[in-house]
Amino acid sequence: MIRHLLSAGDLSLEDATLVLDTADEMARLTEGRAVKKLPTLRGRTVVNLFFEDSTRTRTSFELAAKRLSADVVNFSAKGSSLSKGESLKDTALTLEAMGADGVVVRHSASGAPYRLATSGWINACVVNAGDGTHEHPTQALLDAFTMRRHLGELAGRRIVIVGDVLHSRVARSNVLLLATLGAKVTLVAPPTLLPNGIEHWPCDTSLHLDDALGGADAVMMLRVQSERMNDAFFPSAREYSRRYGLDSRRQALMPPDALVLHPGPMNRGMEITAEVADSARSVIVEQVTNGVYVRMAVLYLMLAGTNPNTEEAA
Amino acid sequence: MSRDLSGAREVLDGDDVARALTRIAHEVVERNKGAADLVLLGIPKRGVPLAYRLADRISAVEGTEVPVGALDVTMYRDDLRLRPARALERTDIPPGGVDDRIVVLVDDVLFSGRTIRAALTALEDIGRPRAVRLVVLVDRGHRQLPIRADHVGKNIPTSLAESVKVRLTETDGHDDVVLGRSADEQAATEQAGAEPAGTAQGEVQR
Repeated sequence: MIRHLLSAGDLSLEDATLVLDTADEMARLTEGRAVKKLPTLRGRTVVNLFFEDSTRTRTSFELAAKRLSADVVNFSAKGSSLSKGESLKDTALTLEAMGADGVVVRHSASGAPYRLATSGWINACVVNAGDGTHEHPTQALLDAFTMRRHLGELAGRRIVIVGDVLHSRVARSNVLLLATLGAKVTLVAPPTLLPNGIEHWPCDTSLHLDDALGGADAVMMLRVQSERMNDAFFPSAREYSRRYGLDSRRQALMPPDALVLHPGPMNRGMEITAEVADSARSVIVEQVTNGVYVRMAVLYLMLAGTNPNTEEAA
Repeated sequence: MSRDLSGAREVLDGDDVARALTRIAHEVVERNKGAADLVLLGIPKRGVPLAYRLADRISAVEGTEVPVGALDVTMYRDDLRLRPARALERTDIPPGGVDDRIVVLVDDVLFSGRTIRAALTALEDIGRPRAVRLVVLVDRGHRQLPIRADHVGKNIPTSLAESVKVRLTETDGHDDVVLGRSADEQAATEQAGAEPAGTAQGEVQR
């Protein structure tokens, strides 16, 4: 298993399968049990370092760490030294001095987790919980886990990812992980919301949603990230939702048992209509539950064993 | 006694394993005065097929189905930090749970007792059995904790330099129990390089 989880692309097929299988066991161990807590990470400290607001990801990581009996410390940008202009390095040195074993980091700058993991400031394992428009590997893992629970093995499955690919770390991580798992991914987006260099990604692209839905095993809708949009990427919200939104008419074009996913938070009425989001084929709420299992698996695999860094230091 | 090139010695063959399990099944039923409230939990990997075989034998004797499942103890081990993180095995608790039942833990080899200690802690998080009993196919001694088995297939006195390997049809293609040198010893010998196979075998025999 790798030491830091920075990119979904760092996971080999073997590693990815190990995480998903471990998550399966985590689900079986906590569902319907008297004591939903495992003693495995007792005495380990996990720091949630969130430079960017996030309720669901931070809560999910916090719950996962607590279910494994780790001590959890939350640093969020608001109301801490981070908002007083402390540098990433000084924050890292502070965490190291406090004896953090694992650091879960979200940052608005792409590459911040990589910097934290490779600069030698800390010995802790680093988990990327979303960096800028780069990656969000645990989201990709939980999406794959959710799809695998419904579809079985993902090799050869056809997954359609729709929407704001340009600003989406979820899309990039999903494309990399799904390619490793052998699934066929098609990205559908207006040309203005496809990043440069998309032709080098291990996936197909399309501009027409209706054409892509026919053979899909799962359709993942991305949130339109208005807060990152400094330009006009499409003429109007109404036009975007007409051309790239998932509504009941489009859902009828999908095979009857195809899944609908969304990483949340949803803009209902924009990229997805309320009827589709609440339909029987929507697994959006389940994705949240599964997020905890997948993050438990990641924290277990990264923190439960020996820490090679600490040993080198010793 | 058959032996292979690595100097391993077979101490139980397939028939011995089958006879030991049949005897243990009868002992469990005798001690429990029937199969009522029994739940068999195998400890992965090889405790699980053993638990299923015992359940079949008990059902055949008593004419009732015995709930059987698996209890993985990886997350409860006390040596987690000494090695890289391990993959988890399947935990599978029968639908009736373990509350107020007689839980029979089943494992292949009883050695330090630490696996069973972990299993007892794991059970605590699942429920509160009326009693917990322990069945092992082989007890090789060298306990590090105050734990003993209620039913033992065979006591095999060993030295710490030896390894005991239980092989089962479900996991390894055939049933037997083999006594050999431990992996560490074998690696050390191979590194030293000089020791011919004959000498090594002689040592194990002694």
